[in-house]
Amino acid sequence: MSEKLVFRFDVSGNDFTSAGQASVQVKKNLRQLGFDNEIIRRVSIAMYEGEINMVIHAGGGVAEVHVCEEYIEIILDDHGPGIKDIEKAMQAGYSTASETIRSLGFGAGMGLPNMKKNSDEMKITSEVGVGTRIVMKINCKGTNE
Amino acid sequence: MTAEKFVESTGFKVVCMPNPERNISGAYIGDLLSWVMGRAESDNVWITIMSNSNIVAVATLADVGCILLAEGVTLDSEVVALAAEKGVNILSTDVSCYDAAIEVSKVI
Repeated sequence: MSEKLVFRFDVSGNDFTSAGQASVQVKKNLRQLGFDNEIIRRVSIAMYEGEINMVIHAGGGVAEVHVCEEYIEIILDDHGPGIKDIEKAMQAGYSTASETIRSLGFGAGMGLPNMKKNSDEMKITSEVGVGTRIVMKINCKGTNE
Repeated sequence: MTAEKFVESTGFKVVCMPNPERNISGAYIGDLLSWVMGRAESDNVWITIMSNSNIVAVATLADVGCILLAEGVTLDSEVVALAAEKGVNILSTDVSCYDAAIEVSKVI
């Protein structure tokens, strides 16, 4: 793979039953490209958490995945309500999800911590009332330890 | 151990088994999907009482060996069809998560 590949997905904001479709597709693509299983697992987890967050909190958004030999970059953009306090949102166990969302098994407050844990670099840019952009980079050579 | 052999050894009921040759090792118990995503390991038996369609995506992405529904939990036919399509093995048992884990540890 000499050139960078870009996968782009529109994440629907009102369909919980199909949430995770983009992540499942990315996993499949990375398998076909022959990436290491541990890399695929980290990308899958980081992206799924981001995808679910867009569905739960932002009414959907756009997910773009840039793939090259050295790294995989996941870029999530939404026009949701934005994150008021990013530091607080990053705390394990902190969640603003509704009871309905929690009854589905989400809203454990582990989404952002899981995204950070599974990526080598993560940058959140958010403005209240405008939206949120999250960029996660997973290096394919070496580890995040 | 393969998923097929695991069923033979434990007697758990098969809800769907699209991937009988799938390797199974270790187990994780949990219903909060982010915890499962973050903590379950590849090839694990994921023991849960969660039954909505999102378990299929989580099982696929966390790369678990199979889902084991405890406490007699049943699935809607749409969820079973989705799991079959995505290659996710699902088993079930009437016993509790704790007792299911004991059964699992006897064979793997």
